[in-house]
Amino acid sequence: SGPQSMLDPAGGQAARIGVMGWILLAGCAFVYAVVLLWLLWALARRHRWVEPGGVLPPQAGVERRLTNGLVAWVVGTVLILFAFVAASYAVDKSLTHLANREEVVVEVEGKQWWWTVRYPDDDPSRSITTANEIHLPVGVPVRVKLKAADVIHSLWIPNLHGKMDLIPGRDNELFLTADREGIFRGQCAEFCGLQHAHMALDVIVHSRAAFDAWKEAQLAPAPAPADEALARGQALFLTSACTMCHGIRGTPASASVAPDLTHLASRRSIAAGALPYNRGNLAGWIADPQRIKPGNHMPLVGVPPSDLQALVAYLDSLK
Amino acid sequence: MGPRDGVSSSELRDGPSLGEEDTMRRLERTWGTPPGLWGWLTTVDHKRIGRRYIATGFVFFLVGGVLALLMRLQLAQPENTLVGPDRYNQLFSMHGTTMMFLFAVPIMEAMAVYLVPLMVGTRNIAFPRLNAFSYWVYLFGGVMIVVAFLMNTGPETGWFSYVPLAGPEYSPGKRTDFWAQMITFTEVAALAVAVEIIVTVFKMRAPGMGLNRVPLFVWSMLVTSFMVIFAMPAVMLASSFLIMDRLVSTQFFNPAEGGDPLLWQHLFWFFGHPEVYIIFLPALGMVSSIVAAMARRPVFGHVPMVLALVATAFLGFGLWVHHMFATGLPHLASGYFTAASMMIAIPSGIQIFCWIATLWDGRPQWTVPLLFVVGFVVIFVLGGLTGVMQASVPFDLQVHDSYFVVAHFHYVLIGGAVFPLFGAFYFWFPKITGRMLGERLGRWNFWLFFIGFNVAFFPMHLLGMMGMPRRVYTYPAELGWADLNLTATLGALLVAASVALFLVNVLVSLRAGRIAGPNPWNAGTLEWATASPPPSYNFAHIPVVEGLEPLWDKAGPLGMVHGLRVEEREVLLTTVLDAHPDLREPSPRSTIWPLLSALAVTVLFIGSIFTPWALVWGAVPLAVGLVGWFWPKRRHVPPEPVVES
Amino acid sequence: MSERHFVRDLSDLPTHGHGPSNLTWWGTMGFMLIEGFAFVLAGFTYLYIMMQFRHWPPGMPPPDLTWGTLMTAALLLSLVPNVWAKRVAEASDLRGTRRAVLVMLAVGLVTLGIRGFEFTVLNALWDSNAYGSILWTILGLHTVHLLTDVGDTAVLAVLMFTRHGKDPRRMGDVTDNALYWNFVVGAWVPIYALLYLVPRFA
Repeated sequence: SGPQSMLDPAGGQAARIGVMGWILLAGCAFVYAVVLLWLLWALARRHRWVEPGGVLPPQAGVERRLTNGLVAWVVGTVLILFAFVAASYAVDKSLTHLANREEVVVEVEGKQWWWTVRYPDDDPSRSITTANEIHLPVGVPVRVKLKAADVIHSLWIPNLHGKMDLIPGRDNELFLTADREGIFRGQCAEFCGLQHAHMALDVIVHSRAAFDAWKEAQLAPAPAPADEALARGQALFLTSACTMCHGIRGTPASASVAPDLTHLASRRSIAAGALPYNRGNLAGWIADPQRIKPGNHMPLVGVPPSDLQALVAYLDSLK
Repeated sequence: MGPRDGVSSSELRDGPSLGEEDTMRRLERTWGTPPGLWGWLTTVDHKRIGRRYIATGFVFFLVGGVLALLMRLQLAQPENTLVGPDRYNQLFSMHGTTMMFLFAVPIMEAMAVYLVPLMVGTRNIAFPRLNAFSYWVYLFGGVMIVVAFLMNTGPETGWFSYVPLAGPEYSPGKRTDFWAQMITFTEVAALAVAVEIIVTVFKMRAPGMGLNRVPLFVWSMLVTSFMVIFAMPAVMLASSFLIMDRLVSTQFFNPAEGGDPLLWQHLFWFFGHPEVYIIFLPALGMVSSIVAAMARRPVFGHVPMVLALVATAFLGFGLWVHHMFATGLPHLASGYFTAASMMIAIPSGIQIFCWIATLWDGRPQWTVPLLFVVGFVVIFVLGGLTGVMQASVPFDLQVHDSYFVVAHFHYVLIGGAVFPLFGAFYFWFPKITGRMLGERLGRWNFWLFFIGFNVAFFPMHLLGMMGMPRRVYTYPAELGWADLNLTATLGALLVAASVALFLVNVLVSLRAGRIAGPNPWNAGTLEWATASPPPSYNFAHIPVVEGLEPLWDKAGPLGMVHGLRVEEREVLLTTVLDAHPDLREPSPRSTIWPLLSALAVTVLFIGSIFTPWALVWGAVPLAVGLVGWFWPKRRHVPPEPVVES
Repeated sequence: MSERHFVRDLSDLPTHGHGPSNLTWWGTMGFMLIEGFAFVLAGFTYLYIMMQFRHWPPGMPPPDLTWGTLMTAALLLSLVPNVWAKRVAEASDLRGTRRAVLVMLAVGLVTLGIRGFEFTVLNALWDSNAYGSILWTILGLHTVHLLTDVGDTAVLAVLMFTRHGKDPRRMGDVTDNALYWNFVVGAWVPIYALLYLVPRFA
């Protein structure tokens, strides 16, 4: 239940792991019940009498029965564990079957404390870079390539699959196949420093057509300012410290230290899931990023209130 | 009765020719610790050191608990601002570090330091000065990290300190250096105790206590000590690599120069997983002691129990990779580690069966120690089963690093170690203090703990499956985690109340508890054969063991050997397998050198956080300390001269 | 107290022994086990880091053979006086032990000197890359053991010329020290192979 839960699988991988979970849960519940019943019996039965401070000597016949019980216990444990290992192996194998098939490739790079998301293309002008948002076509196998820019992160989208670490110096990957449309949420699962708690991303599963349309929209450069006010906002952006870190395609701003803002206003959230996207939150974020997400790497730029509205209006036009 | 004719008093031996009162008076003079502060600083009595080791460990348990409460309060509601991310990260790093390194392992070893020499029937632990040294090093290391934390220089990268986050680039400042040196302190202390325990068990058992008659608690500590010897070097090596990367620019974990962040994880978990069993095996030994005494019969299946301990130790070293399933390992490796991780359920299952069987065939006495044992079974088995679930790679990929794991390991560690430990406190408190802990408060203590624990930790299973990751200082309201988090916080408060009741119980009972007598539970092992609290020399005469539960196996008084010096500290060494008397060995008197050496070590370790040259100049006082330590002391009896040839 | 039931008189038991009947022997074994396992893990780390590189050693020549090989020869030869020291101590021969301990002290100082030269021809620094780091660390770890044993030998040498030398228990200390020196030598042989031969022939 919910957009970030393994209890509500929305993809082939998560569904298979879900089955594995239920098998394990059923087996373990059975074992737990047996142990508790055995304990209850042992405590509640009529016991041999012993005078206070006296000692009960073991009786040969009882010891023999208990030894038989122990043997049966061990055999039972082994059988159940064997079944678990077999089931686990089978599910692992079925996950491997789902892997290595790809129609869409997504590159995700984890950084302190946000995600770069790229859709590479053989034609470099057709590759897309966005941030903190993964869009997937429904029913299509996707290869997610995982890299880390600084420390170890881990990508976990519980509705779609288990997690996989992003490790500096290594290349990992994760195969996803979403089987229903919807909006899900993923989060960094490996402790990565101060704002580990605010390193989330949105996962939007579209129909194939909607996905292609989204891709086309993302390929377009940022729209030119439509009016005087927006033009002033753009000028403010381009002359401010913002351009040291952020890029907007179609403008001279081309830095890639921080999230690409070309289509910022099309995203659902800002600051890696820390706030829902809207003008008010955006203004609050720019005014004081350290209040909302203390320790994050976006400095206080110090935009005067008179300029802030124009700047936010411009950014909000980047659909 | 006076000394025999023609024997100088320093040659006096215990035995038929010396009256019992006289023997005890003389032994007390020989073995007793001098009064006052000087005595306190110089003592090498395993009971005094064990007592302060236990008390110190418990203080760290309280510290770790307070840190946990602060975290629970922060998480009680979404978007809470009670503590910020920087403080929160220090809180959970300190909580894990304190509980694992400063509470769990030390207090288990502390119980052994107190109990093992008594249970094997000897006068002091092997290497008593090393024992004192170990305590001081542990104390200084623990105080160092708490002081650093209070000065806002506490660890901030978790008790596991993964690189590169903990490396020089992403954790500048001294926080992680203090953490890494704390590891060195506690591991030196733990390794020293491990060697003492092994040698005490191998060489100092009472005559007749062949390996087949060693009590299960002593077995569990022996196996644990071997695990310490093989596990701790890995983390010491890892933390040394880390601190060298940070201080002298080695490149162990820097992928750009051929290092590898996963090297840290392999070394850390090669220690970190056995660490869990290092905490848990002693607790199993405590459970066996309590079950036997409370069921009024020896534990069913002594041999399978011992084999299960040994098997757990071996398997425990073969599973570390299950902490790394999400790092993208080859399938073959993860498949092997799935099977190995599940296999460890077999020896655990054997032990659970044997304890329940013992209660089934015995006559359970409903005392507080037994309550804690029953609570242990109920909680630990659930934690063990969720552990089996996580051995499955696909399932683990989902729950790894989620609150499901937090729930799992608290069920295993609190259920599997803290419940038995509290049972053990109630069980051995009368031996240590001479007075019983209150049963009434004890029952409140137990039920509040049991209920509070489950209220606190059961919801975390659900939270994990609902997507809540570990180590987050806050979470958004819309994910629906608020109610379960609030429940968990309330449970944590119940546990805190329960621990507070325990403290009250201890304070009240120390003054006004029922006088215990030597053997209040009518238990069968040797520690109950002497007074409560035991005299400084433990036993006036070394007992002879004829069975597994020496006090149950014989109707009459225990047999004894005699002939040990009473005016010199002397212990009896026996052979490893059959415990035949072998040597009479002198045992050291009180000395200040272990404390001075520990101070020198502390200067060296803390200095090296700031400059590597501390390793050079710090070695000078350490060498002085060690030479002073090992320089032969004057004894009352002149040694027999060596023949000059 | 009338309940005393004595079954055996131990007055005649000896008060000192050699080897496994000694507590110190077991303690030394325990610490050798710990340190030996640390060496094993450090060796695994060396091999693990080796797997991270295509060429080994990475872009630099392996350590020069001269001093390391001399070290190996010196340590292996030192076993002869070491066995002698153990024998005379076990025989409680004070004069022999005094001489043997002095010889072992000299041997120890010579090996420390060789070790000093070894560090100058490693052809890598500890901070150049992970190879240099593990190379220096393993050699440093072994040097700490050399230093410890030489220090212990020095203290024993002084002891032997005081009145404490007459205490038979000090003879046990000498045999334990000889045991530890065997460990220092035994640890070196695989380390030599790892640091000097593996980069050349593996």
